[in-house]
Amino acid sequence: MKKREQFLWLVGIVGFIAGLYGMYDRLTTGHINVSYGSYIPWGLWIGAYIYLVGISAGAFLISALVYAFGIKKLEKIGKLALFTAVVSLGIAMLSVLIDLGRPERVWRVMDATNFGSMMGWMFWLYTTYFILLLVELWLALRADLVAWIARPGFVGSLAKFLTFGQTDVSANTLARDKKFLRVLGTVGVPLAIAFHGGVGALFGVVGARAYWNTGLTPIMFLVGALTSGGALLTFVTFVFGPNHGSREHQDTVLFLGRIALGLLLLDILLEWAEYSIGLYSAIPADVASMKLVLFGQFAWVFWGVHIGLGVVVPILLMLWKGKSAAWVAFAGLLIAITFFTVRLNIVIPGLAVPEMQGLGEAFTGPGLTFDYLPTLTEWLVQIWAVSAGLLAFLVGYRVLPIVREQSGAGAAAE
Amino acid sequence: MPVTTQEQIQFIVADAPVGTSEDPLVRMQEDLRRAIKKPENQRHWVMALDLRKCVGCSACTIACVVENKLPPGVVYRPVLEEELGTYPNVTRRFVPRPCMQCENPPCVNVCPVNATFKRPDGIVAVNYNDCIGCRYCLTACPYSACTFDSGRFYLEGTPGTPTSLVGRPKVESYEKLAAYEYGQSWERKHDDSPVGNARKCQFCSHRLNAGMLPACATTCIGRATYFGDASDHDSLVAQLIALPNVMRLKEEIGTEPKVYYLV
Repeated sequence: MKKREQFLWLVGIVGFIAGLYGMYDRLTTGHINVSYGSYIPWGLWIGAYIYLVGISAGAFLISALVYAFGIKKLEKIGKLALFTAVVSLGIAMLSVLIDLGRPERVWRVMDATNFGSMMGWMFWLYTTYFILLLVELWLALRADLVAWIARPGFVGSLAKFLTFGQTDVSANTLARDKKFLRVLGTVGVPLAIAFHGGVGALFGVVGARAYWNTGLTPIMFLVGALTSGGALLTFVTFVFGPNHGSREHQDTVLFLGRIALGLLLLDILLEWAEYSIGLYSAIPADVASMKLVLFGQFAWVFWGVHIGLGVVVPILLMLWKGKSAAWVAFAGLLIAITFFTVRLNIVIPGLAVPEMQGLGEAFTGPGLTFDYLPTLTEWLVQIWAVSAGLLAFLVGYRVLPIVREQSGAGAAAE
Repeated sequence: MPVTTQEQIQFIVADAPVGTSEDPLVRMQEDLRRAIKKPENQRHWVMALDLRKCVGCSACTIACVVENKLPPGVVYRPVLEEELGTYPNVTRRFVPRPCMQCENPPCVNVCPVNATFKRPDGIVAVNYNDCIGCRYCLTACPYSACTFDSGRFYLEGTPGTPTSLVGRPKVESYEKLAAYEYGQSWERKHDDSPVGNARKCQFCSHRLNAGMLPACATTCIGRATYFGDASDHDSLVAQLIALPNVMRLKEEIGTEPKVYYLV
């Protein structure tokens, strides 16, 4: 096992165990030891949800470069991108499920959908997308699963089971697989744009919150998805990509890094548009949320974490160490992780400005406040969900032919 | 020139609507009896709040909490306070803020499961048995009138009374009394609705059906809260909301609130 992989296992296991306490608290006491409530109804978990859904959409769209647009350079990481998209979607859904007041009723969204609500749409778009992802991943893995049947033990049996009897790997069926992959990848592109643009629209349509209510919101969600997804994939490819250390592996990482850098610059441009137009507006109430982001109590999150660690440092790294796969991957990791603060800075400041003067003082109580700082329970639950996803990814990497090494026995046996 | 108390009273009486000889509560009670005889879709419930009479006692807020057995973190009708002017010309303004029961409610359309809906009588209701607790309506309301029931109890986590184990939290039985919102009995248990739901003022719809005014109107010591059927031309509220000094909150955004303020 590679050192980096070992480290990720350690992170996953520690996070999973520590996070269990948060899950225990959430499941036994409900929404009591949390900071969100009546006036700031959405917090860390919703921020994590839109962040991870974005990562999923971004990773998927990069896989589409392979399957829909046939970009040869990324061919070897298509499955890795798809698998990243599946896992991050899973964590995102878990985060939003935990956040619901009555999670056991989530099926009602299917049963009694209000298509006038963006959230009603989201349910169907996610379901469709999830099915498409699974089918596409299966098609992409099928040939390798057949090859893996010969392996001894669990991995072999699992591979055999997962082929569902479709063990024909003649040139004809492979060509058929490829055709289906192309169709699914192509259909997936508008679907991914629809569902992640839809998440943006979910916020964008809320007229009561001037900070969210702009036509740029869905577009920023999409570009942010591509940026964070692409950046994370740069790192994932560096750690898990095939033939580590080879020329081809390095080239793939550097190529992805350049894509991520370009997307980051585009994202900054949109952010500039959003903030400069917003701040020039002469209606103080409309600018309140932006001022909170830029100059409020948590301004360090925007300037230090987002602009500093998430924009300036990665750009400098990519300029100065642009030929080193390791540094570019590190820059990608920085962009991907710090992008979480961009999502939090959408959700919370939009809610932290009282809609009516004096509301926070009129009647007090838990949840009747405009201050929000996630509680230990909220952090632990989120750490648990992400760790569970990380472990699922690592297990998948071991037992499925997500990555096929060119020489030798393959990834899992390395 | 300073205004004496006597002059103030004269001012209010002179400005008061027709039929001031009787207590407005008596008048509104009669209005209500007439209204509930009509079919539901012909009632047009409206609330009027006379800000000149509101003394900021918050009795309405408390009456509402008691009537609807509201847990910590849930409030339907806070009274906003504002200080105006500079010394020595200072005053305070009190603005009770129930749900506006908007004609065009932004909270209804965002609900993914149609749990929040507008009733034929104009009241914006939440179906507790359908609500999934996503809190999208909370973000969409321009008046912050939707709140989230996180399942708290007032005495949970406090040291117990001598009858319970020492140091164990003690939730008193009165906290578990059933609320009767929407005409149903909602016993308060940890896992049952309305815990985990969006909750909001619904003009005490369960009281209206029983011929009683909303708890806030009944309890208002300054007689500043008026309630009734605006489609009944003889009702007190119908006359009040036709006065020139009437306004509504955030009128410019077009939600058409059914809560009016007399200023």
